[in-house]
Amino acid sequence: MDIRVQEAAFDAGAELNAFTNAAQGAGAIVSFSGIVRDVAGGLNTMTIEHYPGMTEKALTDIAKQATDRFDLAHVMVIHRFGDLGPDEQIMMVATASRHRKAAFEGAAFLMDYLKSRAPFWKKEITQTSADWVESKAQDEDALSRW
Amino acid sequence: MDVVYFAWVRERIGLPRETVETQAETVADLVAELRAREARYDAAFEDVSALRVALDQELSDFDAPLKGVREVAFFPPMTGG
Repeated sequence: MDIRVQEAAFDAGAELNAFTNAAQGAGAIVSFSGIVRDVAGGLNTMTIEHYPGMTEKALTDIAKQATDRFDLAHVMVIHRFGDLGPDEQIMMVATASRHRKAAFEGAAFLMDYLKSRAPFWKKEITQTSADWVESKAQDEDALSRW
Repeated sequence: MDVVYFAWVRERIGLPRETVETQAETVADLVAELRAREARYDAAFEDVSALRVALDQELSDFDAPLKGVREVAFFPPMTGG
């Protein structure tokens, strides 16, 4: 299990290659990347705040649950904080398992839980506004499928 | 006990962390004490259904007891990913 919370940018391709090497024998690997999207009015910066200490604990707990539930061979979560520009990588998860179904489901489970259970908050800053991103009811609803 | 605030809760109250002397038995009691202090606290805690609370870095509830808790965190629903 590889959990990282960091301010620095990362290279998703290099990370996926390293993850694939670390998960030798798994047979199936799924990865998801979250990217900063533009907003109406033109995004200058997305600021991501987090709760140091709790963030690492929450991500580790979610990754353990996913590992147990889907019998994953390896899990990686990288999530950035601080100031990000449009089209920058925010975060990445990768899962490895013997077969694709568990890898896909494990990645979807990780993302659903990470969205509403890991203590991150996003603020979108444009030329004229600075707004905290509001959580969506559908994000909470997504947990009920698990 | 240490009380920490994140995102718009932090902005509305105007500080990220403070130490609070309290005899509050539950989170809700602590919220009531804080609201009685000043308008900025009252505004931040106006609608607790829009807030989440963590006790010693674990998500919890507003009716949870505070006995033995060292750090209480208040924040809006999380928006990671």
